[in-house]
Amino acid sequence: MDMLEKARAERLWPRPPLWVSALGAAALALLIGYPFIFTTSFSHHLMILILLYALMAQSWNVVAGLSGQISLGQAIFFGIGAYSSTVLFAKYGITPWAGLMVGMLLSALAAVAIGVPTLRLRGHYFAIATLLIGSSVQIVFQRWDWVGAASGLYVPIERTSPLFYLQFHTSKVPYYYLALGAAAAGYLVVWKLRRSRLGFRLQALRDEPDAAASLGIAIARHKVLAFMISAAMMSVAGTFYAQYVLVLDPERLFSTEISIIVLLMTVVGGSGTLWGPALGAAILVPLSEYSRIWFGGTGRTIDLILYGILILFVCMWRPSGILSLLAERIRRRTGIP
Amino acid sequence: MSRELILQAVISGLLMGLIYALVAVGLTLIFGLMEIVNFAHGEFLMLAMFTAFWFWALGGLDPMLSLPFVAILLALAGILAHFGIIRRLLKAPMLAQVCGTFGLGVALRAGAQFLWTPDFRTIANPLIAGRVQIGPIFIGQPQLITGGICLLSFAALWWFVTRTETGLGLQATAQDRQAAAVMGIPTERMFALGWAIGLGCVGIAGTMLSTFYYIFPDVGTNFALLAFVAVALGGFGSILGSLLAGVSIGVVESLGGLLVDPSYKTLIVFGLYLAVVIFRPQGLFGRF
Repeated sequence: MDMLEKARAERLWPRPPLWVSALGAAALALLIGYPFIFTTSFSHHLMILILLYALMAQSWNVVAGLSGQISLGQAIFFGIGAYSSTVLFAKYGITPWAGLMVGMLLSALAAVAIGVPTLRLRGHYFAIATLLIGSSVQIVFQRWDWVGAASGLYVPIERTSPLFYLQFHTSKVPYYYLALGAAAAGYLVVWKLRRSRLGFRLQALRDEPDAAASLGIAIARHKVLAFMISAAMMSVAGTFYAQYVLVLDPERLFSTEISIIVLLMTVVGGSGTLWGPALGAAILVPLSEYSRIWFGGTGRTIDLILYGILILFVCMWRPSGILSLLAERIRRRTGIP
Repeated sequence: MSRELILQAVISGLLMGLIYALVAVGLTLIFGLMEIVNFAHGEFLMLAMFTAFWFWALGGLDPMLSLPFVAILLALAGILAHFGIIRRLLKAPMLAQVCGTFGLGVALRAGAQFLWTPDFRTIANPLIAGRVQIGPIFIGQPQLITGGICLLSFAALWWFVTRTETGLGLQATAQDRQAAAVMGIPTERMFALGWAIGLGCVGIAGTMLSTFYYIFPDVGTNFALLAFVAVALGGFGSILGSLLAGVSIGVVESLGGLLVDPSYKTLIVFGLYLAVVIFRPQGLFGRF
């Protein structure tokens, strides 16, 4: 366990020179003070989306980057999170905070149900299986009358106690801090996970499945565990998203598009790295929002054209992601490995 | 439920299944050759349908007449995709291969939506239309001719792969890239040929489909999903397997729609995929 001790002693980023630490501190301060520096509603909206997507992309990164399984069905858990809190609140008046927990639990259970039979499959088989299960779940929710079938659900408006009902109608700032908190919690969990025994086993079985198995690592059980963590993270994003937009549309929540976008963000940023998903979200969300402003109309899909081309180029020329480019730069300038 | 109704469902499922099979065979051929899954396959089908549509809308050429042109154009697109994109992706890890072809698909689909709007289009008054009656069964004429052309394409493909020298080279490359290269087979050219044939098949399937199906930017998605199922069912890399699997999927889907509920027919097929990959991961039929 020498490696493990060494890894535990490792810091969040490899021992940085002063200017890098200063930059990090400045970034942190910027994140905390952001809503007061940029005061327009749009800038709040943009950052909320970036934070939520950063969390969602990180959730995908746990399955793909750590355990090496390409999930194309992450939208399932996003939808479960959104539906859990909203159904409990709309039908039984239960606070979305409890719904958040229920959603995480249900998502983790769904991950077990999906993962146990399919995570034994390698490579393309698992990717295609999750793609098909994702579409199937969408079909089921679109026809399930109890949860509003194809027309979906509305989150009932409740103005009495914003914090209890998790909806804020006068300002986006509280949503910003909620999203920041959720993203920070998610990244903290993954940072811890990467340095834990479980994290090391996952990376071992990603890189050398046969060798890992011969060392006595229960491959299937570890992969299911990673899938559960990923599902719970995705579910949190789903609940917050539902509380933010207040409308549940199965067409959008369970769309393959969501599953794909989190994948694109992670790969563009750098899959398997801690900060890659955040970098990907920070690049792709503004790209999407601004292209919509400049070219107008959601139906014109300029953003998806750019996404597609960008991801293709990254895969062709820099499969390890943009973050590795930056890391290389820093390494070269500072001489730190 | 009368016997005629079931027979009707089986036959229309069979004819639809032949299209699934022709889409799937391109996918399986490409995978067999270079172990890469083309996640943009459905989008190429969509492009084929739109190409046939524009031949008709702008040039007044019926799909039956533009068939060879569309097939050749798609084959050229395949060669272009191989040399422009895939050759680089082959060197990347699997994750990048999946994401790369996926990204290509996303860009193509969004590009089509940008250029041609998400509207549904159809080709009015195609050369072949109407239906024929055989006993108590009605069969749409376009579907019947489509089925025939799909079968012909399969026969041609089978003959090419097993009876010509180039086809044998293709098989050799699929079995062992290095050994084939040592034997003097130009493997790089074989890869390009695989893409040309694979997308050529998609061109034929798309053109025929455009005579009786809606044409819209998202049309490929569902066909690609079913083609994935067919490829997994038939075994990755098996030509005959994808024919049998495609046809079975068509029949299962059509019967499921009739006996269970039309809105769940895709679910039944997806369930079939899961059952097969879990219990028989190598597919129902062997390679080639």
